[in-house]
Amino acid sequence: MATNITDIKINTMAEMAAKGETPEVLFWVGCAGSFDDRAKKITKAIVKILHHCNVSFAVLGTEESCTGDPAKRAGNEFLFQMQAMTNIQVMNAYQVKKIVTGCPHCFNTIKNEYPELGGTYEVLHHSQFLQQLMEDGRLKIEGGEFKGKKITFHDPCYLGRANGEYEAPRNLLQKLDAELSEMKRSRANGLCCGAGGGQMFKEAEKGNKEVNIERTDDVLELKPDVVAVGCPFCMTMLKDGVKLNEKENEIEVLDISEMIMRAKDL
Amino acid sequence: MEYIDNILFTIILAAGIFLFAKNIKKVIRNINVGRNIKVTDNIGERWKTMTMVALGQSKMMVRPVAGIMHIFIYVGFVIINIEVVEILIDGIFGTHRILSFMGGFYYFLISAFEVLAVLVLLACVVFLARRNIIKLKRFVNKDLEGWPKSDANYILFIEILLMSAFLFMNAADGVLMSFSFNEAMNVSKEFSIAATKIFGDNHVGAAYYFPVSAWLTGFLPNSPEALHLIERFCWWFHIVGILAFMNYLPYSKHIHILLAFPNVFYSNLKSKGQFSNLESVTNEVNLMMDPSLPPPPADAAPPRFGAKDVNDLSWVQLMNAYSCTECGRCSSVCPANQTGKLLSPRKIMMSTRDRLEEVGKELDLGKNPFEGEKSLLQDYITPEELWACTTCNACTEACPINIDPLSIIIDLRRYLVMEQSAAPASLNGMFTNIENNQAPWQFSPADRLNWAKEND
Ligand code: SF4
Ligand code: SF4
Repeated sequence: MATNITDIKINTMAEMAAKGETPEVLFWVGCAGSFDDRAKKITKAIVKILHHCNVSFAVLGTEESCTGDPAKRAGNEFLFQMQAMTNIQVMNAYQVKKIVTGCPHCFNTIKNEYPELGGTYEVLHHSQFLQQLMEDGRLKIEGGEFKGKKITFHDPCYLGRANGEYEAPRNLLQKLDAELSEMKRSRANGLCCGAGGGQMFKEAEKGNKEVNIERTDDVLELKPDVVAVGCPFCMTMLKDGVKLNEKENEIEVLDISEMIMRAKDL
Repeated sequence: MEYIDNILFTIILAAGIFLFAKNIKKVIRNINVGRNIKVTDNIGERWKTMTMVALGQSKMMVRPVAGIMHIFIYVGFVIINIEVVEILIDGIFGTHRILSFMGGFYYFLISAFEVLAVLVLLACVVFLARRNIIKLKRFVNKDLEGWPKSDANYILFIEILLMSAFLFMNAADGVLMSFSFNEAMNVSKEFSIAATKIFGDNHVGAAYYFPVSAWLTGFLPNSPEALHLIERFCWWFHIVGILAFMNYLPYSKHIHILLAFPNVFYSNLKSKGQFSNLESVTNEVNLMMDPSLPPPPADAAPPRFGAKDVNDLSWVQLMNAYSCTECGRCSSVCPANQTGKLLSPRKIMMSTRDRLEEVGKELDLGKNPFEGEKSLLQDYITPEELWACTTCNACTEACPINIDPLSIIIDLRRYLVMEQSAAPASLNGMFTNIENNQAPWQFSPADRLNWAKEND
């Protein structure tokens, strides 16, 4: 039976601190996960899984602030560092040790760029954390509705090439008893969805094709039932690409966490 | 007059080396135009990476055809150059095949060189075909119009000529040596020549024929004088050719045969997603967040944020530019380039080198190259190129010698944004949103946790 998100008690760090408690992990939701309608569904899926696995977690809620990633990649180092220092102050005040993010951009920024500015934490992308839960026996994944379906995984640049994590998402998907196929460009060769480096927030430069359409062509060539993603921006780009090709009834774009949630009927 | 050859040789050799040293010094001077950053971390890891990526060419094999052919040329080039040691000694002292006292081992060495020479020839022909007949997309591209295209072809032609000279030299020498051998054995010249042509290398004067060049003897004239002339011509051509080639390197993408090694050694070992945190910005942000900190001394020059010209880039980035082989692997996987945008990471590297070489010319004239109107940003690399990048790191992943075009793109973007406030309007909007709402979109920060209250 699927749970309602409102039935889950979602603690903020402030609430926990007031009770004198510290959670096992801080779930860093990210801006897309907080505000974008499609990405909010991913956020809820992650929360439902954490709740199901009895992970003690908290969010920063209104104390969370953009990591500064889009500003940094677009060249605004000032704004990035202002954001970073603000976030680090907040997290250090709560003595945060371990962070799980719902977005590879937040993951990369906090993991790699915050330490030099005074914020050192153990940072995991949600696929990595879910893999840990699975290895620890806290999360059991079975095929469910994805059994026998053809699934492909689109590597997010900031999880794959940027941080060398290609396996965690695939290890999770493998458990769904599905047919996991690779697109012609995958892993280190994976093609960007087109959203990184600030592109999400601007018109594309002049060219003869949109990057997300180029990537969607790779997807269509494979004809999967589901394209699994691990990033809210890839989600937007591929969802739009599939829709533009009028294939949204044949090909679903889903975050790994949503697939696990659905397979377990959470 | 007996020593004229040796003297001439020594003069040419000295001149060749002198010019080469002078040009390399200029390249080093130009690279040092870059900001002086210290790369002293992880030395062990750096040696390992250099061994794997530069010496072992591990990233070349991602594309197997080019990879194997390139190994032929690379191994052939390095090993055949052992032969140059002998040429140098022979040239200076007027000896002939001084190392042949090694007997069987010498025969083995030269035979191995010959086999390699054939592989090099084969690879050069394949490479020429890929560029000029098959016209692979990454080689017929506007990045390479003009000099870069000719440069690539010249290198391949020179290699072919050098290898042919090496083989014909051995062939002519083999026949000549068998003459003297057969003379000593009282075999007539005519018989010797005829036997050679009929039986190849196995019968007469066997030890003087090498496995590949023996096949070329049929193309050679019979007279010992002509043979001698050919042998000498090829010998001179080979060594003078090598010296000339050496001096061609600083003007060519071929300088990668030297720079690939330090280039990989000093390449980025961190996660590709980790961009540098500008220290100058950290200082200012610290001051803003904590006004009690002491302000910087009043006479300190204000730092420049990001890069406008080559002297704002680090020396490693400039070495990257000189090392670039213009292979285009980066651009062939670049999502922006693949979808027809102006951005090409290869061109970013080539433009950086072009600008740096121009700066070098001004330095030669004793001028200050940074006083004029021209700069890397705008005159060589335009904002349109820079704003097309998705920072996906496909280029850095694809580069066989770990060049990092992305870091240059980001440094130039930083200058556009922080020094000139010249970001595209939509990005400025995103910045404003982050400043005001702590998110790149216009949502109220108070609504950040609303998702927790919304059932689907
Ligand atoms: S990082 Fe930028 S330049 Fe490099 S491949 Fe990606 S989009 Fe192209
Ligand atoms: S940067 Fe690297 S991949 Fe790109 S053209 Fe130069 S050598 Fe080739």
